[in-house]
Amino acid sequence: MEATLFYILALVTLVGTGFAITARQAVRAIVYLVNSFFALALIFYLLGAPLVAAFEVIIYAGAIMVLFLFVIMMLDLGHPERMKSPRLVDWIPALVLVLVTAASVAVLAMEHHAQPLAAFSGISVRQFSQALFTRYGVAVELVSLQLLFALVGAIYLGRRR
Amino acid sequence: MSIPLFHVLILAGILFAMGLACTIAWRANVIMMLIGIEIMLNAVMLTLVGGSAQWGSADGQIFSLMLMALTSSEVSLALAMVVYLHRRKQSVDTDDFTSMKG
Repeated sequence: MEATLFYILALVTLVGTGFAITARQAVRAIVYLVNSFFALALIFYLLGAPLVAAFEVIIYAGAIMVLFLFVIMMLDLGHPERMKSPRLVDWIPALVLVLVTAASVAVLAMEHHAQPLAAFSGISVRQFSQALFTRYGVAVELVSLQLLFALVGAIYLGRRR
Repeated sequence: MSIPLFHVLILAGILFAMGLACTIAWRANVIMMLIGIEIMLNAVMLTLVGGSAQWGSADGQIFSLMLMALTSSEVSLALAMVVYLHRRKQSVDTDDFTSMKG
């Protein structure tokens, strides 16, 4: 049951991302990407990470993608003629890269027998926050400092002069 | 839990390659390059959460949370930079920003 759901969600993620990176309009790319991130959040939930799944929906799909959408609308980049889309020649190195990756994954899949994960019921929010605020307290402080610096930098870059 | 870690890693690898392809193919457009970076970071987060599920410890999930905070600060700075550059040159095309070329 879980495995079937995982494969369906993986397909949705890959198809959504594929449409996003080939979309001719930036707004469509963002909407496809939000779709793909929702599927990815469900995959996180299946992998026993409910908190990360919630943050994926709230921060990625809810905040970061909306920020992209705001900037695209503010700068009026929604028209395809105002954004130069890649020529066919530009896709060649990217396609070569994807083909090499896909081929190496296929070679690995040939000689590797996938083993299911051990019995595991997910990490509860309590365990997660205990580890976060006791063992990784310094990291929390560092990340909050970093967010403050990003805030100051964004205000500095965006001010009117 | 009946999902093999191997398949999670394959999905993360393909997602990472797609993000890299997006960054390379759309290298004339700043916004689509940033979107490609987002896709790559999500693939890395999927790897970390898969590892956390494999070994049953919270460390991978905590690191993916840190990565999310890092991504949000990176995106806010990069989009502020995009707005600033657009105000200067009325364009988001990377080929227009050649003032450092010798």
